[in-house]
Amino acid sequence: MRKKNRWFGRAEVVGLAFATPWLIGLIVFGLYPIAASFYLSLCRYNIVRPPLFTGLENYRLLIFDDPHFWKSLWNTLYLTAFGLPVQLIAALTAALALNARVKGQPLFRAVIYLPTVVPSVATAIIWVWILNPEYGLFNAALSWFGINGPGWLTDPAWSKPALIIVGIWGIGNTAIIFLAGLQQVPQSLYEAAIVDGANTWQRFRNVTIPILSPVVFFNLVMGIIGSFQYFTHVYVMTAGLMGGGRGAGGPEFSTLVYPLYLYQNAFLFFRMGYASAMAWIMFLIVALILVVVFRTSKWVHYESA
Amino acid sequence: MKSAIRSVPAYIVLLCLSAGFVLPFIWMVSSSLKDTNQIFQFPPNIVPRPVVWRNYSDAVQFIPFLRYLCNTLIICVCCIIGNVLSASLVAFSLATLHWRGRDVCFKILVASMLLPPQVTMIPVFVIFRTLGMIDTYGPLILPSFLGSPFFIFLLRQFFMGVPRDLPEAARIDGCSEWGIYWRIIAPLSFPALAAVVLFSFIWTWTDFLTPLIYLQDQTKFTLSLGLQQFQESHSAEWGMLMAASTLITIPMILLFVAAQKTFVQGIVTTGLKG
Repeated sequence: MRKKNRWFGRAEVVGLAFATPWLIGLIVFGLYPIAASFYLSLCRYNIVRPPLFTGLENYRLLIFDDPHFWKSLWNTLYLTAFGLPVQLIAALTAALALNARVKGQPLFRAVIYLPTVVPSVATAIIWVWILNPEYGLFNAALSWFGINGPGWLTDPAWSKPALIIVGIWGIGNTAIIFLAGLQQVPQSLYEAAIVDGANTWQRFRNVTIPILSPVVFFNLVMGIIGSFQYFTHVYVMTAGLMGGGRGAGGPEFSTLVYPLYLYQNAFLFFRMGYASAMAWIMFLIVALILVVVFRTSKWVHYESA
Repeated sequence: MKSAIRSVPAYIVLLCLSAGFVLPFIWMVSSSLKDTNQIFQFPPNIVPRPVVWRNYSDAVQFIPFLRYLCNTLIICVCCIIGNVLSASLVAFSLATLHWRGRDVCFKILVASMLLPPQVTMIPVFVIFRTLGMIDTYGPLILPSFLGSPFFIFLLRQFFMGVPRDLPEAARIDGCSEWGIYWRIIAPLSFPALAAVVLFSFIWTWTDFLTPLIYLQDQTKFTLSLGLQQFQESHSAEWGMLMAASTLITIPMILLFVAAQKTFVQGIVTTGLKG
């Protein structure tokens, strides 16, 4: 019997013991499902009968034979490419305004954060009503400016912009993180810039943006990941539309986002293998986008301190 | 005077944003107090005249609100207990204890936060089905007892900030690891634990996908799921829908107003130091 094991002693036993809940969780809800999901993506599986190995058939069907797959991918990429920048700019604007020394800042901050604690289902229902083309608040407000508002959620051309508008209501988290980043910018840097004769824009461009860039980067990465999980709003907002059935993604599949189509395949059509293949394709796409984002992140300025 | 002028643009931005952000709430509450004639009126009136309370009593009856409220609260309380217990134990191990493999574990933890849940969703469903847990609260509650990466991360960041001398001194005095966790770290970490309680309450309350996937029996529904099902079958009953939405939202708003500081700190800790 060895008295002392250099590599696995009492400290390791105690450390692992305290970490046990997570380790079990990691295996049961993480590692095993990852492996199982990959295997299922190579199978035909309707949950009632045991999985039947079909090789790459699911992937072939998705890529070559399923227009809804491409439609849903396009919808999600659209919302990421247009919705995310809009949200980031809105959140940064809100944070900059909150960071100016204004009276009532806590109240303004609370108001901007408040929508993020509203349950997603309620948010979706409220906005369906606001965006109601005939009796909703939004088109009523537009009509004060002489604008004839579109049918938003009933018009395939306007349904995605409608989702982006709803998304702006939920920028609270991002804005608070931006605000915390802004508050870390040392005042002395601004003072030095003023002494050097920099105007407001130059101070923003050359002091605020570089110091804030890691926070922008964080919010961008989180936003990309988040937009590939965007589900509840669409599910609720389009479920009752035109009798399309549960979480239809209508009108004309214009809001059939990727996670929604994945959900439908898994839990409505019980094509679990097919849905697993979708999950893996999604994983690869997100990973690819993130690699590109990280590779082009030279604009992110990290303090050497 | 000069600084007052300079903050004018900020005021304009804040006033416009706040107005835009508050209006949906006002619209929700005002619609919930209107009768059908007022609801379908164009142009709409923000102020309901006369004020009608019927939507609330109808919504509570139809949904059925009280039952779903009880279901949701039961799940919330269980998830809070699970998250506080498991996340604090694991975070203690990853922050305060020193052991080989600890940093690798932390890296895996961070990586697992980036994994899209869709990748694991289907096998996890199969696991719960094999365990006979479909249409029970097991799938909603059990994962919280097995350490949510987000909460572990949040607490770990906080525990790292506890001065190192405290656990060291306690160890020299013969205190066990459990004693350090229970008597030193946990009592010092009330603000962070409060954030875990708060966030796990809100996320459980607002969660939709998990109940949607796992619950079938209507009597077991949560508020979010119940509200959505009600909307699907009564999509034109805007008065009732707005009343129900108001009822499900108010607890979250009260909670936020009461604990604003804890909220902001929680977001900033996990968002900024990441």
